[in-house]
Amino acid sequence: MKNMMEVQALTFTYNGATEPSLKRINLPIEKNKVTALIGPSGCGKSTLLRGMNRIHDLYPGHRYDGTINLLNSDGEAYTDILTIKKEAELIRLRQRVGMIFQKPTPFPMTIFENIAYGLKLSGVKKRTQIEEVVEQSLRDAALWGEVKDRLSLDARSLSGGQQQRLCIARAIALKPEVILFDEPTSALDPISTLAIEEMISVLREQYSICIVTHNMQQAARISDFTGFMYLGEMVEFDKTETIFMKPSVKQTEDYISGRFG
Amino acid sequence: MELIFKKLAQLSASLVFFILAATALVLYLSARPAIEEFGLGFLFESRWGVEETRAQPVLSPNQVVDEMPVIDEQADALLDDDFIDDEDDFVGDDDDESSGDTRIVYGALVPIVGTLFSTLIAMFFSIPIAMGIAVFLSEIAPKLLAKPVGVAIELLASIPSIIYGMWGLFYFGPFIAGIFGGNTVSLLVAGLVLGIMVIPFMAALSRDAISTVPDMLKESAYAMGATKLEVIKDVVFPYAKSGIIGSIILSFGRALGETMAVAFVIGGVYQFVGKVTDPTNSIPVVLANSFAESSGLSLSVLFYLALILFAMSFIVIAVAKFFFLRRK
Repeated sequence: MKNMMEVQALTFTYNGATEPSLKRINLPIEKNKVTALIGPSGCGKSTLLRGMNRIHDLYPGHRYDGTINLLNSDGEAYTDILTIKKEAELIRLRQRVGMIFQKPTPFPMTIFENIAYGLKLSGVKKRTQIEEVVEQSLRDAALWGEVKDRLSLDARSLSGGQQQRLCIARAIALKPEVILFDEPTSALDPISTLAIEEMISVLREQYSICIVTHNMQQAARISDFTGFMYLGEMVEFDKTETIFMKPSVKQTEDYISGRFG
Repeated sequence: MELIFKKLAQLSASLVFFILAATALVLYLSARPAIEEFGLGFLFESRWGVEETRAQPVLSPNQVVDEMPVIDEQADALLDDDFIDDEDDFVGDDDDESSGDTRIVYGALVPIVGTLFSTLIAMFFSIPIAMGIAVFLSEIAPKLLAKPVGVAIELLASIPSIIYGMWGLFYFGPFIAGIFGGNTVSLLVAGLVLGIMVIPFMAALSRDAISTVPDMLKESAYAMGATKLEVIKDVVFPYAKSGIIGSIILSFGRALGETMAVAFVIGGVYQFVGKVTDPTNSIPVVLANSFAESSGLSLSVLFYLALILFAMSFIVIAVAKFFFLRRK
C-alpha cells in the first residue's frame, strides 16, 4: 500500500534563524495508521508537524528545503505540497490535512456552528447536508450523546475534554485524509486523555494520523509507528514495538528508559 | 499588612460610588430651582433665554401641571389674557427673574439634539476607520510597521482636544464647507472633528482587545481552510467582541462630553439644524460658554443641563452594556 504522506529530506529554517530547526528529516505517514513523534522539548517535532499542512506559512520568512509528498485523491501520484504557492491551493491542502492543537480551540460560536464552520468555508449551503455531517462528526468524536440537546449553546461552555473532542469533530467534518495532532492531550485530565486516545484508535480506520506527544506511554499505547527526534534530526523511525522494545540507537533507548529528556 | 492592603483596595473601590453619588446629588441640588421652574418640559423646549409674558396656568382636573408647565403656559398665554395670580403650584417659586409678568424661558432641546447628533456623526465616522486601524495593526501589518504606527496612534490619542478644536476651526471646517457647502462651523464639522478625535483612542483600545485573541485559535481557523478575512470576521471579532464594544462605549462617552473641540466648531447658536451643515449647539459647549455670565435661575438652568448630560451618558452606557454585553 502507498504511503499517504512522505516527508523527504526536509530542512526547515525559521525566519531570522541561522541554524535550521529540522535537518534532512525523512518520515513516511502510512495510510490508516497512527504515526507518533516523540522527543524532548525543542527537538522539532511540532515544527515538523506544522510543516505538513504548511501552517508555518501564516508567518512570513520561514524556509523549507526538501519534499513533502501528499498522495493525490486518485491514489496514484503524489504532489509536493512545498511547491504550492497559491492561497487557494493552500486552503485546499489544509482541508485535506486537518490539525488538532495543544489546547482546545473552540471558536466563539455555538457548538453546531463550530462543526459546520469548515463546511461553510468550503461553500456547502444545503441545511440538511450540514445537519447530517454535524451529527455524524459528533458521533465519530463520541460527543453526540453529551451535546445533542444543546447544539445552540456557546461551544466555550463545554468542559476542556469536550472542547477538544469538539475540535476533533470539527476537523473530521471536513473529511480530511490526514489528521495531525499536536500534543492533543497535554492540557487535559487523565480521563479526557483516555477518551481522546480511544477516539484516535477508532479514527485510524478512516484517516491517516500523525501525533506529536510528550507522553511516551501514549505513543506506545496508540501508535503503529514511532519516530524519535532529537535536536532537529530524526534519530530513529520504526514500528512502535521495535522502538520501545529493542531500539537500535543508544540515544533512543536512553530517552525511552527515562535517562534523559 | 494584608488587612491594610485589603481595606485600602476596598476604600478605593467604594470611593467610586461615593463620587458618583455625590456628583449626582450636587447637580440635582443646584439644578432644583430650574427643575421646579421648568419641569420636564425643559427637555422639549427649544427656546433659550427668551423673555415671555408670564402666564399662570389654570389648574383643571385633567391637567398635569407639574409635568408640562411650559407648554401649558404657552398655550394659556396664547389663549387668554386674564391671569389668576393666586394660583401657583410650583414649590419655592420665588426667584426674582420671573417676578412680575414676564420671565425668561430656557429649554434644553437644541443642545440635547446637537449633542446627540454630533456624537452619532462622530461614531458613524470613527467606528469603521478605527476598526480598520485596529485590525491592520494587530493582524495585517508586519511587526516592523505595526510598532511605529501603534506608537503614532497612541500619540494622537494624547493630543489635547483644544488642539483638535483649533485645527477644526481654521483648517478642517473651511475644508468641509468647501466640499459640502454651508458654514465653516456646523454640526457636521463638529461631528467629524469629534470622530477624528476619538479614532486613535478607539483604535488603540480595540487593537489591545484584538491582540488578546490567542494565536492558536486563529491558527486552528486557518487550519480549517479559512482565509484571513474569514478568520478576522468569524473568530477574531467575535472573540474580542466585549473589548471592542467597550472601546466604542468609552469613545462614545468621551464624544458625548467633549467640550473644547466642539466649542470651536459647532457654532454655539440656539437653532435647530435643518441641514447637517448648519451651526447649532451642544450641552458641554453651552455650559462652558455660559457659566461666567450666569446667576440665580440661569445658573440653576445650567446645572439642570449638566444633570441631563450626566443622565444621558449614564443611559447610553447602561443601554449599550445591556444590549451588547449581556451574554458575558
